[in-house]
Amino acid sequence: MSAACLDIRSLSAVLPNGQRVLRSVSLSVQPGEVRALVGESGAGKTMIGKAVLGVLPSSVRIVEGDMLLEGEDLGQLQPKARRTLIGARTALIPQDPLTALNPSRRIGPQMTDRLVRILGWSGERADKRIRQLLDEVQIRDPERVLKSYPHELSGGMRQRVLIAAAFAAEPRLIVADEPTTALDVTVQKQILRLIAQLQRDHGTAILFVTHDLGVVAKISQKVSVLYAGKVVEEADTADLFAAPQHPYTRALMAATPRYTDPLASLKPVDEAVLAGLAAEIATADQAWRQRHG
Amino acid sequence: MDEARIARRGVGPRLWLAGGWLLLALLAAIFAPLIAPQDPLAQDLMLERLPPFWLDGTEPGYWLGTDSLGRDLLSRLIFGGRIAFIVAFAAALAACLVGSALGLIAGYFGGWADRIISRVVDIWMAFPPVLFAILLVAVLGTGLSSVIIAIAVIDWTRFCRVIRAEAMGQSRMDYVENARIAGYGRIGIMLREVLPNVVPSIVALLSLEMGIAVIVEAILSFVNLSISTDDPTWGGIIAEGRLSIHQAWWVLVFPLITLILTVLSFSQFGEALKARFDPVLR
Repeated sequence: MSAACLDIRSLSAVLPNGQRVLRSVSLSVQPGEVRALVGESGAGKTMIGKAVLGVLPSSVRIVEGDMLLEGEDLGQLQPKARRTLIGARTALIPQDPLTALNPSRRIGPQMTDRLVRILGWSGERADKRIRQLLDEVQIRDPERVLKSYPHELSGGMRQRVLIAAAFAAEPRLIVADEPTTALDVTVQKQILRLIAQLQRDHGTAILFVTHDLGVVAKISQKVSVLYAGKVVEEADTADLFAAPQHPYTRALMAATPRYTDPLASLKPVDEAVLAGLAAEIATADQAWRQRHG
Repeated sequence: MDEARIARRGVGPRLWLAGGWLLLALLAAIFAPLIAPQDPLAQDLMLERLPPFWLDGTEPGYWLGTDSLGRDLLSRLIFGGRIAFIVAFAAALAACLVGSALGLIAGYFGGWADRIISRVVDIWMAFPPVLFAILLVAVLGTGLSSVIIAIAVIDWTRFCRVIRAEAMGQSRMDYVENARIAGYGRIGIMLREVLPNVVPSIVALLSLEMGIAVIVEAILSFVNLSISTDDPTWGGIIAEGRLSIHQAWWVLVFPLITLILTVLSFSQFGEALKARFDPVLR
């Protein structure tokens, strides 16, 4: 088997007060595969994405573990080489399309800039590429969009632009950080379908961060369930939904609202399950402390 | 779209009125030798304290009257505008360059750079500005360049604080993080991504600062610390007018009106320009 597109091995990170925010996280994304990363807010999903992309907040420190991007160990590279590698092989589809585009620059230059300056393409080639991508995300009037400032476009339009920009440089891995959360419900579906479509067409691997199990079922082949910075279950998506192994996963599924009876179907996670999780994490932390003194 | 149009309509008259006055005053100052009806320094004790043109006992060619030495008030105001504008542009620009650069660095890089720059600003602002200016000019000696240096040295903090806050806010935006991921260098991001977004504020502040520089220059010449006493300055004329307020009110009132209009125009012009420059407001 060829090298994984992304391979995270037992990654741990701490805050300045010593609290662990990532607890020996291991996960891999194979080329062309979509791995969903689910968990409630604060579980560390976004943190993993940021760690991969090299934009962790300065307060968070990685204390253990390796991250391999197409077999290259990011931790072994010089900062500059790491930046170049990450810039060339990865891209982000961000959570909030409203702040992810520079408000004072037109869409066109903003999109081509990266291809020209980072990948060294000619302006003409970059322009052609961008138009092709805008067509793929079903933007029908590219002329107008390219000349627009971000605030002149709707949230859905901006997210389309960002998806186009993410795929434009043909990255091997895209981190999608809750790309539909900030959008209107009716737009969410379209955007999700677009990401799935482009993912298939381009064969790009995606690390898809979300808290929505419905989205997981639609888009991913593999899932990692995260709780308090720890992977509690990992499985093929189909298997996970057919037979969830961990009590927390089962509780999460039970907590998904159903349209037929939204209020009755909303069950909070059971106390016993939470107690079990707490015990599990305490054991893991103790083992970790013993290893690290 | 409609909102944008309404905003633009609101901007219109302000921009044109303020800009119009500034342009008029600026042109008058530049072409002062051609425009001024009299020599601003020529004294004529036969013509002392002539009233403005609509009152009795005026002399043709002395539109706004004369002061207690018989010097033409309009000519003195026009020539005084030269000093005012030179100081306004030079001092505001110097303060802007220093303050904005440091503010951008502090806001974008944060950490130690921010801590050091912010402490310096805090200490700087503890000095009362006008006293600081008077002290500086007393040390540097009077003269045009001293006045400009004094104003720049005092007021760079105004730019630094505002631009730091703006740059800090922009740096937290996702588009800056996106640029990081794409592999742009830190300085490149600061200049290409963050700077354009704080330019509208820099422009507004710059215009405001020009108005402030005009006031400070007037204050300094009011206390006779600006440039040589021979050259007419607005502050100097006001100081003289104060002495003869009961005999010739116009010597005080006209320079005051000129000063107020100019300072007001600078601040309004800045606000209107900001609205024009800012793509989100535009």
